This record gives sequence, C-alpha cells and structure tokens, in this order.
Amino acid sequence: MADVTDTDVADRPRSEAESPSPRKAHWARRRILWPLRNLWRSLTSMRTALLLLFLLALAAIPGALLPQRDLNEQKTLEYIAERGKLGTLMDRLQLFDVFSSAWFTAIYVLLFVSLVGCLTPRMVEHFKSLRARPVAAPRNLSRLPRHITRTVDGTPEEIAERIDSRLRGWRSEVVAREPSKAYPDGCVEVSAEKGYLREFGNLVFHFALLALLVSIAVGKLYGYEGTRSLVADGEQGMCNTSTAVYDSFRAGNLVDGTDLSKFCFRVDDFSATFLPSGQPDMYDATISYAEGDAVRDPAAWTTTSVKVNEPLRVAGDRVYVLGNGFAPTFTVTFPNGEKRTQTTPFVPDELQTMLSSGAMRFDTPAGLYPDADERRKNQIALEGLFAPDALYHGTLLTSASPEPRDPAVAIRIFKGDTGLDTGKPQNAYSLDQDLIEQGRLQRQAQVNLAVGQSHTLADGTTVTFDGYQRWVSVQVSHDPAQIWVLVSAVVMLGGLLVSLLVRRRRIWARLVPAPAGESAGQAGGPDSAEEKRRTVVEIAGLARTDQAGWGEGFDEQAAALVADDADPSSSRRTTRRL
Amino acid sequence: MNGSIQVDETLARYSDLLFGTAMAVYVVAAFLFFGALAAVRGRKLEERELVRAGAGASGNGTTTEDRVPGRVEGPQRRTLGDKLGNMGLPVVIVGLIAHLASIVLRAMATERVPWGNMYEFVSMTCAAGVIAALVILRKPEHRPLLSFVLLPVVLLMFIAGRWLYTQAAPVVPALKSYWLAIHVSIISVSSGILMVSGVASILYLLKLRFAANPADDTSSTTRSGFGGAMRRIIDHVPSAENLDRLAYRTVVVGFPLFGLGVICGAIWAEAAWGRFWGWDPKETVSFIAWVIYAAYLHARATAGWRNTSAAWINVAGFVAMLFNLFIINLVVSGLHSYAGL
Repeated sequence: MADVTDTDVADRPRSEAESPSPRKAHWARRRILWPLRNLWRSLTSMRTALLLLFLLALAAIPGALLPQRDLNEQKTLEYIAERGKLGTLMDRLQLFDVFSSAWFTAIYVLLFVSLVGCLTPRMVEHFKSLRARPVAAPRNLSRLPRHITRTVDGTPEEIAERIDSRLRGWRSEVVAREPSKAYPDGCVEVSAEKGYLREFGNLVFHFALLALLVSIAVGKLYGYEGTRSLVADGEQGMCNTSTAVYDSFRAGNLVDGTDLSKFCFRVDDFSATFLPSGQPDMYDATISYAEGDAVRDPAAWTTTSVKVNEPLRVAGDRVYVLGNGFAPTFTVTFPNGEKRTQTTPFVPDELQTMLSSGAMRFDTPAGLYPDADERRKNQIALEGLFAPDALYHGTLLTSASPEPRDPAVAIRIFKGDTGLDTGKPQNAYSLDQDLIEQGRLQRQAQVNLAVGQSHTLADGTTVTFDGYQRWVSVQVSHDPAQIWVLVSAVVMLGGLLVSLLVRRRRIWARLVPAPAGESAGQAGGPDSAEEKRRTVVEIAGLARTDQAGWGEGFDEQAAALVADDADPSSSRRTTRRL
Repeated sequence: MNGSIQVDETLARYSDLLFGTAMAVYVVAAFLFFGALAAVRGRKLEERELVRAGAGASGNGTTTEDRVPGRVEGPQRRTLGDKLGNMGLPVVIVGLIAHLASIVLRAMATERVPWGNMYEFVSMTCAAGVIAALVILRKPEHRPLLSFVLLPVVLLMFIAGRWLYTQAAPVVPALKSYWLAIHVSIISVSSGILMVSGVASILYLLKLRFAANPADDTSSTTRSGFGGAMRRIIDHVPSAENLDRLAYRTVVVGFPLFGLGVICGAIWAEAAWGRFWGWDPKETVSFIAWVIYAAYLHARATAGWRNTSAAWINVAGFVAMLFNLFIINLVVSGLHSYAGL
C-alpha cells in the first residue's frame, strides 16, 4: 500500500502534497486520508478497471475447464479422488466452486466498487457538460489532426453566421474576440460539439450493468430451486408448501422455507416419443395444477402440457420436467396371503435404451411374525434392472430401445433385514452391500420376469412384476428478480449501441479578415481589390471517440460549411449531415 | 442409420456436395487474392507512398485546393496483381452462393433451421464471416484482404467437414424451440464478424512487426522467392491505421450482436434448463469472451493501450471464441455439447 501511495502522490498533477505550503500536514491526513484517497483513485482508474476485467476473465477459466460442484457433484468428487492430495488442495483453493469462491467474489466486488467510483464522477461531469458551453477554440487549429484553411468572400461575421446555421444538430456558439497580438484585426470563432448521447449511452450501459448485478444478487438471495421425482400416475402430487416435499432443495440465504409460493400439482401422464432411429423426438408431461387457496377445490385445477422448452409458470414459480424414467410396479404376496404393492422409480443407466436399475424394500405385514425382531429379519428386498424393450443375451437382460414395447425386469430377490430400521441413510436405487456381505440380507433368487409373471420363494412368498409407470423429475424454480435481469440486460444493450454508434465530435472555426494584399492574390481576380471583404477561415475537427479519427470526408464536410450557396455542388454537400 | 422418413436424403447429399464445392472455390479465391497481393510490384507501392505523402502535405494548408485526397489521377496500367484481384471477387461470390445453397438445401432436407449441430453451426459461421468480410472489405484496395479471412474459413470448413460432419437429421427435443433459429443464428453471425475483426488485428500486428523499418519497404519489393512474396504481402495489405480501424468497426458491430445472442441464449436457457445462467462451460467461456471484448473497447479508450495492446486483446477475444467453439464442445462436457457429436 505504501508503494502505491508514494508513486501516486508523485504522479498526481495537482494536489495538496505539492502545494507550496511549508507547514507539514497533519499526520492523520498524511498517513490515513491521503493513502486512502490514493487507493480510491487508483482503484477507480481505467487501468485498474481493465486489469480487473482481465482478472475476471482469467478467474472464470477454471470454472469452464474443471468440473464444478454446482453442475456435477459426482464428477467433481471423482475428479478430486483421482488426484489425491492435489485434488484436496485444489478443492481448498475453491477451484471446484469457482463462481462462489472467495477470490472470484473479491474480483467482482472490486470491479463493482471500481465501476461505481468511476461512474459517479462521470455522471456529474456529464450533467455539467450538458449545460456547459462548447469548448473555446484552441489557439493553434492547425495542430489538430484534421483541419482545413479556406479564403472566402464575406466578412467574418457573415461567414460565422453561415457556418453556425449549417451546423444543424450541433450545439454551437459564435464568439467575437478582441484584437490580440496573434490576430491584430480581431477574429470570430465558432465552437460546436455534438454527440452528447454517446456519453449518455455509455453511462446507461454501465448503470444497467450495475442493475443487472444487483438483480442477479437479489435473485440469488430470495430464490430457491427444488427437485423431486414424481410418478406420472395422476395420483402422486405435491404442494409447494415446505422444503421437506423436495428430494433436494437449494435456496438463497434469505429464504427460510416458510413463505414459498402457494401451489400444488400432480403429473397425470408422461409420454416420450422417438424417431425410428431411436433419437428422442419429444417429451410431454400432462400436469394438473392449482394455485393459492383454489388448491382445495378440485374444480379449480387446470390441466396443461409441459414440454422440454415449455415449463409451467404458476404463482411466480416455474415447474420444469427435466428427467424421466420408468418405475416398475411389484406386488409381494406374503405367505399369509397379505399383499404389498409398490411402484418405485428406477434410474436410467443407459439413456439410449433406458435400461434402468433400482431397488425396492417391502416391510412385512404386522401380525405375520411374533415380534418386531423376527419381523425385521423377514423383510423382502429387490434389486435389479428394468428394460422397456427386453432383449436377452442368454439370460442377460438388455434393452433394445427406449420405448416400452416389451417391458421386463431382471431382479435379485433378497430376504432379511433391509436396513430401513437402522436409521442409516440409504441409497434409494440400490441395496446396502454391507447388509448383503454380513449375511443379514440373503439372496433367495435371481430371475427374469415379464409383465404379469411372478416368482415364488421357498417360504411361499410370491413376487409379481405387475407392470410399470413413468416417472418424471420435476424442478420448481423461484427467482423473483429474473425479469429485472432481463430488463437490465436489454437496457445495457441499448446503451451500448448508443455509445458505440453515436459519434462525439467537436468542430472549431476561426475567421480572420484576410489582409488586403493576400486576398487579391488568392482570389486571382485583377479587379476585385476592395469590393468585397474576404475572410480566411480555419476549420478544425476533433473526433472525441475511440475511433482512430474523423476518417475520410472531413475536408469535404468542412469545406461545405463555408462554401458559397451560389455554387450548386457545394450546396448539395451542405445538406449532408456532418 | 439416420435414414428416416423425416430426412430427404437426395437434398442432403446435394447439400454435402455443395459444401465441398464451396470449400474448393474458396481455396481458389484465396490463392487468387494472395497472388494479387504477392504480385504487386514496386510501381503501385510508389504511388501509394505518393498518396500518403500528399495527405501529409495537406496538413500544411498550402496546396489543398486543387486536390481531392485519396484519389490517384491518370490512366493506370493493369498489372497481373490487379487482374488476379479482380478475378478473385467473382470466385468468392460463386463459392458463397454454393455455400449458401448448401445451407438452404440442408434446411430443406431436414425441414428445420440449418444450425442444429456443430457441423452446421461452423458452416453457418463461416458463411456469415465471408458475407461480413465481403461487406466490410468492399473497397477494391481492401479486397485482397479477403484471402486472410478465407484462410480461417477454409480451415474451419475443412475441420467441420472432416471431423464434425453429422448426417442430416432432426434435432433433439431440447433444440425444438424457435430460440434455436434466433439464438444460434445471432451467435454464428456475430462469431463470423468477430472472426473478421480478429484477422484484421492479427494483420495489424504483423504489419507493425514486419513493416516497422521503412527502409525495408523498398528492399522487399525487389526480393524474390517465398520470403520476398511474404514480405510483399505484408507490405501490400492496407496501412496499419486502416487495419486497426477495420478491427474496431467490426467489433463495434460484432460485440453488441454477440451480447444480444447471449441474452437470447439466457432467455432460452430459462425455458429449457430451469435457469437463465448456470455457468455451464459454454456460458462461462462466452462470458470470458464478452469480458475480453469489453476490455478491448475500454483499451481503445485508454491512453497507452490504444495500439498494440488493444490489438492483442482483440486477438485474445478471437482465441476465446475459437476455444468456445472447439474445446468446449469437443473436450469439456456441458449442456451445450449435444450438438450432434
């Protein structure tokens, strides 16, 4: 920090530090105020902003190249495990959570501060410049990159009037100067400027950028996103009443789960259509929903279709159908004749063929066994594959296509303790291998079943494959500020276009009465000696844009400003806007 | 394998044929333009120097009345270079017509917009680049620069045809949205324009690097062989100032267009993926590219960064766009990588 201060004090053109006052400033000003002010100045300088922009781009690169926890947690964990210590180190550097990492946040907060610090004074300056008079002509116009000199008929005042009237759309001013050393006869100056909209567009762009960042932050703080698997049987529904209804729920820091948007829905049907090549054609879920207090009234429920690019928008939330699969239905008939039926989602292992795997656990009916311990030891569990379009390699089941033409399952049936009472969280899609290895869960059979087929175990328990339902994975998203993100982005784009397309230009003209001798010589007319006064006009232009300069055409445009109306070719040019 | 009723195989085959034709014709055109650049001998250079000197002299305000700057009076003998340059333009246009026909036929064969996979996207971007270049470089003296645009175009088309080729087929459900037509076309057109800009900045840097010594200007015209031809090519591309302005003007068009494309992508993502922005690898690199181009515009407005630094930033932006197109789609898996590979 000390370095920054020193160099900056030295660099500053005018400051108290350089004031001739011999008395030393108070130590607090010297040690605290000035360093702080210099830090602020260097932070809000364009160079720092550029540097921060680069840092931001650079910092985002690992976010693109490394697996990110937010996007794919499984892949991230594998990546870390593969690299051992290095992986752990990378994880501690937050390389797998780039966009929520401390360093990424630091860069964009600094950029944000730099932006505010840069914009505020510019805005003040812009409003001042809107009222200010055009800048007076520089002393030496020929030093400017674009300039011309002409000698024309007429007094300086007449010509100035002509130039001024032709500068339509410009803010211009005509000033008559007193005679001076450089111009003993006095002179008339025209100063004009246009393109104030450029700076305006620029400011709009940057403020809209701030608004965009604020909107995103608000959305993150107040938004939530929950996912849930639902069987598309028209019975299993859910209400967005609490975070507990979701399989997974992510929310902003200001969401406590008590004030979720009020609506309920259920999935009535789901269909996936495929092309003959096996490529998916469309996924279509039929969803019934109701919002607010109408959820209690069955007549108030509306049915709609939710497709891949068409989410359901209800009560300010969006409901997406993001995944789908098959949920086989099994019935277990216990030796005493009691039946238990379950439909459980299986996860697709192969997306091409929808060959899916999963597990089911059936509790024994009460009263079948004398005590709870015995009852627990005789639970039934299934684990295996579901194929929508069965294809057998010997007894090995695979699936020929994702369409449910000939559904079949290949399952292992277990008896024993399914582990549901252990209190240990279990994977919903597979059985606990520890239980099997410990012999607490014993394999009874391994069978392939088509729809309607069943298998009877040694103790008389029958397992029947009844059929299947489809299930969908539903995501409910809430982002109250996303419309403002869109508005800010569109305003940004508009401001950007204005700031890039409007040209900011200044033009100055200095009109000096031509010396009598020279005017005769220049005009070349032998007898025009003193009939008309002639004026030497110097016109210079400055393009105050990022462009290299005014470009071609300045000379012609400038010449058109002073040209005599009598000349038809020049009057045509006059109508062309500068 | 994709032989389904949805695809007209004959049209698809003609589309592929035209794609190859367009590529071959572009190669011919590129050679013609390179020939035009390399064949220009000392005479034209001297004239150019005269023009530049005249423009400088007009600064003194003495003899400007009788001259219109930038125009060389008097009859001009047509050199081999001029002839080659004149031949190149119709050849490029023939190539472009074949290219556009290939895209249109692909659309007719599949009955959807012709940018549903990476092969089609690259083809579309290249066509946009060629059109942008034809518009931006429409002045006869800039025309030979088309060769430098055709070079990456041919390279990209070769990569697309050789490794990214996908048979004509309907798109996956996620792409069945009118946003496909809007988002992807805007992105590919802006990529094409930014490609022209990147090429201009690369040439600008080459020009500054190799034509820095004015004494070399004359010696290179007499040098023969490949090295001499290369030097002549560098010497005869438009002035560094022109190239720099060209790069800036194209960014001024390409950058807002790219921004619009990203906004459209975000609107689509909100409907398709459940969020408008999720730091998907493609989104991330688009963000990086956007930030780089923003930095370029800022650099243009910052003293001390205006020239070579700004050009380098523009080249970095070009690299980011290419990286986004290839590495992200081919190496990194993300939501954008369904693009028919």
